[in-house]
Amino acid sequence: MAKKILMCGNDACGEGAVLAGCRFYAGYPITPQNELTAYMSRRMGDVGGVFIQAESELAAINMVFGAAAAGGRAMTSSSSPGMSLKQEGISYLVGCELPCVIVNIQRGGPGLGNIAPAQSDYFQAVKGGGHGDYKMIVFGPSSVQELMDQTALAFDLADKYRNPVCILGDGLLGQMMEPVSMKTDDYKPQVVEKPWALTGCLGRKPNIIRSLLLGDGALEEHNKKLQEKYRRIKEAEVRAEALNTKDADVIIVAYGSVGRIAKAAMEDARAEGLKVGYIRPITLWPFPEKLIAEAAAKCGRFLVVEMSAGQMVEDVRLAVNGRARVDFYGRMGGGVPTEEEIGLAISPK
Amino acid sequence: MSKKKAKKVKLIGKTKKDEAAGAVITGRLRSLRDVENHYCGGCGHGIIHRLICEAIDEFGIRERTIAVAPVGCAVIAYDYWDFDVSEAAHGRTPAVATGIKRTLPDRIVFTYQGDGDLAAIGTAEIIHTANRGENITVIFVNNGVYGMTGGQMAPTTLAGQKTSTSIYGRSLRRDGYPLKMLEMLAVLPGTRYLERVSVHSAQEVLRARRAIKKAFKMQIDGKGFSMVEVLSMCPTYWGMTPVQAADRIKNDVTTFYPLGVIKSC
Repeated sequence: MAKKILMCGNDACGEGAVLAGCRFYAGYPITPQNELTAYMSRRMGDVGGVFIQAESELAAINMVFGAAAAGGRAMTSSSSPGMSLKQEGISYLVGCELPCVIVNIQRGGPGLGNIAPAQSDYFQAVKGGGHGDYKMIVFGPSSVQELMDQTALAFDLADKYRNPVCILGDGLLGQMMEPVSMKTDDYKPQVVEKPWALTGCLGRKPNIIRSLLLGDGALEEHNKKLQEKYRRIKEAEVRAEALNTKDADVIIVAYGSVGRIAKAAMEDARAEGLKVGYIRPITLWPFPEKLIAEAAAKCGRFLVVEMSAGQMVEDVRLAVNGRARVDFYGRMGGGVPTEEEIGLAISPK
Repeated sequence: MSKKKAKKVKLIGKTKKDEAAGAVITGRLRSLRDVENHYCGGCGHGIIHRLICEAIDEFGIRERTIAVAPVGCAVIAYDYWDFDVSEAAHGRTPAVATGIKRTLPDRIVFTYQGDGDLAAIGTAEIIHTANRGENITVIFVNNGVYGMTGGQMAPTTLAGQKTSTSIYGRSLRRDGYPLKMLEMLAVLPGTRYLERVSVHSAQEVLRARRAIKKAFKMQIDGKGFSMVEVLSMCPTYWGMTPVQAADRIKNDVTTFYPLGVIKSC
């Protein structure tokens, strides 16, 4: 048995990165992810890594760009307003095919908003966010354990596909404390060779990291290559949790913190004899669209619950493609749906 | 640049006096690719690219050098330099260099930035990189205009200078004053060597060569942040012949941007 430690989500995220061999972290203070920056300032020192408190979110993401270009495992983290600033850098990272991990412990928006949990950056994370046609792999962890495990996995996938991976948490997940199993015994980072990295051209031709492609048709070819990569990711990396979907009259779809509240609401409803199922996308991109489409062939109604005005619900509707009714229940601006509220949404009184 | 076959680099006339001034190099440099260049006639970038390559070859550091190119006319510097190069988003160049250098501290990392990149959109990055005392070298090319986008006013455009966004000349009332980046950075304890040079004449090119070499030497010796500002000609967007452009630096630009060592410690 791996030993269990009581940790807050932000610390667990940092430890997941350390376990995965992350040795470069640059960040900028913003609530509710400050514990993560503080944790990394301490742990990077312990493990001989680099910690930089950057002058801005722009600088932080571009320092990560440099560290990734040099072949290192690098991470930055922020919360919603800071993530908006990082979008430029993310677009360049994707264009240059540089692997890194970017953590967003979401808070309420728009603008400065507040520091309460929210899921209103879903579109920004899964649909691109910055300029150009691109995708990031996006995880939506729903427990402190998952936050640690998925952060570690994110580094492996980033290197495997040469693409940034986003951890889309929220203030609830970042702040709450839960016991986590340290997966020190059964986990080994999947280290890959990086012959493309900038390390100095000793014994090889010079490497260039670029996203500027001015040649006739060159940028279209590059985009086709990226799209082909996304197709491979969609085939191999979809992750989701599904429960009680086979006989369900209604299936709740929710992710992250809301996912576990929805799960409890589903269990309550089952106890009352209602045939309620539950699907929790773990990867938000690639989205578990096949799983939802298959469920829609049998189940007549879906209920999507989010801490937003309705963002993931659009992806559920695309997957359902008119074959079932899709309802939505959401709270905004820091509101967290309760089991009772979800219960009412399942069967309105 | 000529299309002659690569020649072995040879140092000629290497007296002690010459060495102090930087020995003259003839022939093709190992670090400079044998390709035609895209820069306009009379542009200073070609000279500055070469001076950097001379320093790199002389120190024998080509295989452990990593450059960060700017957004601007020199964005495709990697078409000329035969060593590892990364692009960076506009102005974020020193942040990218910081990430590379901290990850690989034994490599030689330099940025090559124009005035828009360094003194406008990337002002925060250069100030904080300098203030952290990052052990990198910055080559700052100041030609007073945005060349790549068509000759707009830059933070370094002189008062009264006509550009596509200051058609009656830069108005200090409307546009503010030209920035003196080296003088600003000189007050930061994190900076070790700051010099302003020019490439408007053969004599000044030799001085620029010496300064660039020193800036790299500072990094090789682990002494910290070094930056060389190179005043450079942009005949195309100054609306001048190459000779007029060189004269303008000598007569006008150096009056506001004095040449010489701003800080060395």
